[in-house]
Amino acid sequence: MLGEALFFSAILFAIGVVGVLTRRNAIIVFMCVELMLNAVNLSFVAFAQAYGVTGQVFVFFVMTVAAAEAAVGLAIIIALFRHRQTVNLQNINLLKG
Amino acid sequence: MLPLLLQVAAAPAAHAGAHPLNGTAAEWLWAVVLLPLLGFVINGSLSIIAAYQKGPADPSAAHGEHAAHDVHATDDTHGGHDVHEPDVVARHRYAGIVSIVGPAVLVLSFLLTAAIFIAMRGAGGGDMPAPFIQRYFSWMPVGALNIDVAFQLDQLSMVMMLVITGVGALIHVFSVGYMRDDPGYPRYFAYLNLFVFFMLLLVLGSNYPILFIGWEGVGLCSYLLIGFWFSDKVNADAGKKAFIVNRIGDFGVLVAMFMIFANLGTLEFVGVREAAGTLVPGAALVTWICLFLFLGCVGKSAQIPLYVWLPDAMAGPTPVSALIHAATMVTAGVYLVARSNMLFVLAPVAQLVVVLIGALTAIFAASIGLKQWDIKKVLAYSTVSQLGYMFVAVGSGAFVAGIFHLVTHAFFKALLFLGSGSVIYAMHKAYHHTHSHEDAQDMRNMGGLKAYLPWTFGLMWAATLAIAGIPVLSGFFSKDEIIGTLFSRGLHSTLAKASLFGIPGSSILFLSYVLALAAAFMTATYMTRMMLYTFHGPNRSGEKEQQHLHEAPWVMTGPLVVLGVLTVAGGWLNIPKFLPIGPAGLLEHWLEPVVGEAQLQVTNGTPTELSHGTEYALVGIAVLIAVSGIALALRRLDPATLVPKREAKPEEGFERVLEEKYYVDEIYNATVVKPTVGISRVLLWRGIDQGLIDKAGVHGSAWLARIAGAIGSHVQSGQLGTYAWVLVLGVIAVLGAFRYR
Amino acid sequence: MPHGTLPLLYTFHFYLFGIISVVSALLFVTRKSPVAAALWLVNTMFCLAAMYVLLDAPFIGVIQVLVYAGAIMVVFLFVIMLLNLGHPSEIADARGLGAKLIAGAIGVALLAEVFALIKARTPDLLTLPEGYAAAEVARTGAIAPIAGPLFNEYLLAFEVTSVLLLAAIIGAVILGKRKEADAR
Repeated sequence: MLGEALFFSAILFAIGVVGVLTRRNAIIVFMCVELMLNAVNLSFVAFAQAYGVTGQVFVFFVMTVAAAEAAVGLAIIIALFRHRQTVNLQNINLLKG
Repeated sequence: MLPLLLQVAAAPAAHAGAHPLNGTAAEWLWAVVLLPLLGFVINGSLSIIAAYQKGPADPSAAHGEHAAHDVHATDDTHGGHDVHEPDVVARHRYAGIVSIVGPAVLVLSFLLTAAIFIAMRGAGGGDMPAPFIQRYFSWMPVGALNIDVAFQLDQLSMVMMLVITGVGALIHVFSVGYMRDDPGYPRYFAYLNLFVFFMLLLVLGSNYPILFIGWEGVGLCSYLLIGFWFSDKVNADAGKKAFIVNRIGDFGVLVAMFMIFANLGTLEFVGVREAAGTLVPGAALVTWICLFLFLGCVGKSAQIPLYVWLPDAMAGPTPVSALIHAATMVTAGVYLVARSNMLFVLAPVAQLVVVLIGALTAIFAASIGLKQWDIKKVLAYSTVSQLGYMFVAVGSGAFVAGIFHLVTHAFFKALLFLGSGSVIYAMHKAYHHTHSHEDAQDMRNMGGLKAYLPWTFGLMWAATLAIAGIPVLSGFFSKDEIIGTLFSRGLHSTLAKASLFGIPGSSILFLSYVLALAAAFMTATYMTRMMLYTFHGPNRSGEKEQQHLHEAPWVMTGPLVVLGVLTVAGGWLNIPKFLPIGPAGLLEHWLEPVVGEAQLQVTNGTPTELSHGTEYALVGIAVLIAVSGIALALRRLDPATLVPKREAKPEEGFERVLEEKYYVDEIYNATVVKPTVGISRVLLWRGIDQGLIDKAGVHGSAWLARIAGAIGSHVQSGQLGTYAWVLVLGVIAVLGAFRYR
Repeated sequence: MPHGTLPLLYTFHFYLFGIISVVSALLFVTRKSPVAAALWLVNTMFCLAAMYVLLDAPFIGVIQVLVYAGAIMVVFLFVIMLLNLGHPSEIADARGLGAKLIAGAIGVALLAEVFALIKARTPDLLTLPEGYAAAEVARTGAIAPIAGPLFNEYLLAFEVTSVLLLAAIIGAVILGKRKEADAR
């Protein structure tokens, strides 16, 4: 089932990318990133079935890091929202230089 | 450097086989060259030191073209009249030392040269087959190119050395009197000594590069000395003109050197002589080498079309004109051709060019000299004309005749220039006493000076007769030899068989013969004219001035006497064989190892022998022409009809053209100078320098950086969405690279 | 390759969950309301968990549900609620049509490239024998195959990750704090 799993993983990843490019709501963009991470997880697990358990260990770590990242990222979004009263990416241009 | 040289002098330089001059005075060759350099250092240092001390400033600010001034400071006889220009100039602080050092180094150099000459006579003189070469150090060992600093002493360079140091010493002594009150006294002698150093380098160098150093160096000193009174713009411009026109010639010498090295593999004279046998006679290569060498001569020795600097060079002090522009520097071109004789005789077409240009220059300059009023300008054009004669000689393969005329010309032309210096000195003093601002050099302001300057008068007439070619005097022998040889070359030589642009060589040679005769006629005429207007007839200087005209001091007249003796007796150097009066062909025998072979090559191996009858006829024609020229001048020109310069009417018609020197300077100005300046200003300055380099380059790069920054700053939009887009596009690019690797 | 005695069952369910997850993802991306989008994402994750189990990684599947769907997505929903962003009509979302088309094209390009890369072959020596993972799980239980390498070979990474979590906690607390100035 490696081929099929990779197939689905690729589709999910592409959907995630399109979502990141298209949506302007910061939280939805964030969730698209999570979707991409999940797609990659699927790839890893599929490879783990064929080539050894290291893939699953890696998925373990990916999930952990994703959790940490989600926490910090959402904290940032909350702070931004308090500052700018918006989560629309177009209006968040504090990095402009 | 000095220890090295002492070591070299102590132990003779090693070269294969002992030379008969080893261990003789010839070992001190380097001293002959370095003595003037020492003089330059001393005089130059004195000049610089004086500039830092309080006192009369140098350059002589308010001087202009004038020669010595009187000493105003202690002169009370003028009391009560209008104040002079504030150049209250006493003699220079170091004038005493300089007066000793300046001429002394030259006299010592000459004595040493004479000693070496005697050594050469002892070693065989004209039978000494190989030149004596002193190698000092290796200068440019680069791959196949090996240039050493080395001196070559052979018969030709000895002749030149004697002329340079001998006539140079006389002129230095003359300058002591002439430039006595000039504030730039030490600077003058410094430059003069430097000039002699470079000139000696030129004639003693054993290879073309050393010759070229001397070549350039004398050009530099010429510039420095012509523009000696540079605070007057006219003088500075004259100096610039000389240097720039010379440069055109220098380019020719350089290209010739490159071609010689590329094809013969060596730049040493000895080496080139040996390798010349490998060149194809008459081929394009050797012809072009010779033509480029001749281009250098055209510039340095003031032939058509690059002669225009020489008349302007009269803006310098008169002794400078005597030394540089009569006796030595301008003869460097003739020396170069004589030195490269083995190349020139392989290229008959180039020789024809040399002869033709020489003859044309001779008559062209002589015609201009007919109508000049400035005494120095007459002599300047005379020099150009006589140089033309020299080139006719060396061009037609008569190297001995050319060098002979070089030597005799040095004598009588130096005498003429120094004599005119004496005249100008007297005129200047007179005008100074009467506070007149007339031109001290214009012949219309002179007249009847024989009563006031008898010695100068007599000596200058001797020189005039010599230059005209009156028998017994030196000029007769040298000029006659040139014209006679030209005639015989026209009959039978490699040149006669060649053709230039389709015209047969013999026609060109005979045409040159006719031109040379015509030029000789004009020479006699304008020189007599000059003497007539200057020394004969009524005096036009003014009554008050006449009281102050007198002969120059002996420090100035002495050298004139010596030169006079040489002028009269100089013909003894090379009396032609068909005249049974004394030792024949001394110079010819002396120079045989250097040029003898080449001269034979020109006549296809058979020495030129015209029948005695032909020879006498040619001599007769030449003398007839000289005498008739003088007679014409004496009959047709009446000094009594002249008026002083300020009242003189401008000339009209063809005389105007002659006086304005055929408008050559104006033509050059319009066709060469103005376009060059125009192109430089518009294209090079405004277009490239300001527009391209400044605007586009400097400002443009700044503008570009600014614009790039302005555009680039939009990349930092702060928009996360944009960043995401770019990121994804990058990922696709990288994946694509992976896929298509 | 399908499992043991019921290959067709496994394959069918794998495709089923795969299609459901793709459809859910598509719906997730196109919802206007963040809450609806989040819930569709949760659905996707559930399907993925099922797929993990079908790929002989039961532990990972359970962890997916517990951590990803159960914790991370819950945090997302909390934040959405906290900031009162749940209403679809207030938010002018998604870029214009042109941007959507280009984004679609990029997505297709990406997909094509990934498909092309999938075709790359790996060395056969690395391939485990058929059904190896399932046998492991059956032998020692679901957790042991992962726990072994985790606490032996990858211990360092494990420890570093714990430090990372600590940093994340601290960071989140500090970033989320209200400042004195805008305390309401």
